[in-house]
Amino acid sequence: MTAMRSLLILLAIFLLIGVAPFAIGSDFWLNVVIMTLYAALLGQAWNILGGYGGQFSFGHAAFFGTGAYAVAVLQVQLGVNPWVGMALGGALAAAVAAFIGFCTFRYGLRGSYFALVTLAFAEVLRILSNSVDFTGAGVGLLIPLARGMENFQFATRAGYFWVVWALTLAAFLTVWWIGNSRFGAQLTAVRDNEDAARALGVDAFRVKMGAIVLSGFFSGLAGVFYAQYFLYLDPAIAYGPEISVTSLLVPIIGGMGTLFGPLLGAVGVHAISEGTRTFVGEAPGISLALYGAVLVAMVLFMPRGLAGLLARAPRKAHADEAAAAPATRAEAGRAEASGHA
Amino acid sequence: MLEVRALCKSFGGVRAARDVSLTVPEGGIVSLIGPNGAGKTTVFSLVTGFHKPDSGSVAFRGEDITGFAPEAIARRGLVRTFQIVQPFAGQSVRENIAVGAHLHIASRREALARAGEVARMVGLADRLDMPAGALTVAGRKRLEVARALATGPKLVLFDEVLAGLNPSEIRDVIPIIRAIRETGVTILLIEHVMQAVMSLSEYTWVLNQGELIAEGKPRDVVADRQVIEAYLGKGMAERIARREAADA
Repeated sequence: MTAMRSLLILLAIFLLIGVAPFAIGSDFWLNVVIMTLYAALLGQAWNILGGYGGQFSFGHAAFFGTGAYAVAVLQVQLGVNPWVGMALGGALAAAVAAFIGFCTFRYGLRGSYFALVTLAFAEVLRILSNSVDFTGAGVGLLIPLARGMENFQFATRAGYFWVVWALTLAAFLTVWWIGNSRFGAQLTAVRDNEDAARALGVDAFRVKMGAIVLSGFFSGLAGVFYAQYFLYLDPAIAYGPEISVTSLLVPIIGGMGTLFGPLLGAVGVHAISEGTRTFVGEAPGISLALYGAVLVAMVLFMPRGLAGLLARAPRKAHADEAAAAPATRAEAGRAEASGHA
Repeated sequence: MLEVRALCKSFGGVRAARDVSLTVPEGGIVSLIGPNGAGKTTVFSLVTGFHKPDSGSVAFRGEDITGFAPEAIARRGLVRTFQIVQPFAGQSVRENIAVGAHLHIASRREALARAGEVARMVGLADRLDMPAGALTVAGRKRLEVARALATGPKLVLFDEVLAGLNPSEIRDVIPIIRAIRETGVTILLIEHVMQAVMSLSEYTWVLNQGELIAEGKPRDVVADRQVIEAYLGKGMAERIARREAADA
């Protein structure tokens, strides 16, 4: 897929999604669209570091929660406007990402070691936010109701829709840029073979730092959106494992290292969770158990995700053609031979 | 161009490089040979920053680069290939080569175009859109060469780019290596294929058990008694000489 074509498809999809608030009358369904976009944003954030950079984080909640707490704490404790809080939340999440990235990449932690360290950071932040006062500790933080666009609180769901739509579009455009830039080429080179990349002059440390900072930034923005949408936060929501799991599940189901994978994955994850709610009811933990099963199945049978399923169809046709060509030639030869006989 | 002085490196009890010194002049093809396990690849890794030497120094174009990171050394124009080929398997041949081209080219479009040019030079032009993982061994060796070349190096270290190729493939690659020298790139080869060493390189060093045991023109070096013994075992030089005398 050429760069221009994928950009046009991306913009067309987002324009189409943009029709939702006009076309959908029911709050329930608009909420489904909003939560799907939000999952796509979380997944795309993880995809930058995990899918393109090959650094699997189990602790993206560390960035999400930092963004969420930043906007909530600044608002509740210091009266900072949430739009300003959004910028600061993204920046703080990026700073946390830079710190974690520096600690791990500097010392060459890879694979499961990197995953464990990120998980540990998220847990430390969860415990910290559970024990200090300004985050409301275990009770959590309630953002006081103050409807109005200037307060990032909308009377209708359409307002929230446009915010998450714009943030998600920004994340997808960033990933489109990554896929068509020197930075992206170097990042995927480091993912596929770090030593070979370094031999060709790629500064692996710098490239991975860039990826984790971008990833943390967008994850933090997802946290900011979450806080403003639900107006409530506690340590288990902000820094709990659920966010980290959703972050990695979405791109793994959708297709890691692809532009559209997180969108497909977000739809897939929502289909799973809505499906279980409909058929099994609200049994606690059932959706997490199902996520686990789906994750294992995806990694075993569909490592390229839903996007790989879409990409494989035309490629297979080519392979069939190639296989068919010599066969026809052989047949022609046989026909000729029998003609001679 | 490259000046290696008294390089030493031990891995545990194994002394992989002992007091290795060599000077690569600008603008030719020179080679480093030696039996398996002699420490040739270790010398490459020490020179290109993948291992840090215990002692000794490496200077490239007058600058001391001892202990620099591989990427910093590559940026200065000293690039290596790997004996065990290391393609970015999921990416196309063009994308693989473009990673090298990006070292000095920021624009994606220009880097991809440059990748096409380099591919033509090494004979991969017809396989540009193939996934690198689908290449044959010979194709992957060419890809290693192409990626290194795309960085625009001043000196390349080729680590056994001919190993594992059949004689006709070797015949195809030798002119490519010559053509690379013609573009002004200096080449240091590690090679097992003696046919290539003899026909390509102007000067050669022989490494055995981490130590340089001979150096000179390839034709003289292969007649050296110590070299024959390093390859074939103690006493072989005398036996060969005796047999030759008897034949005469």
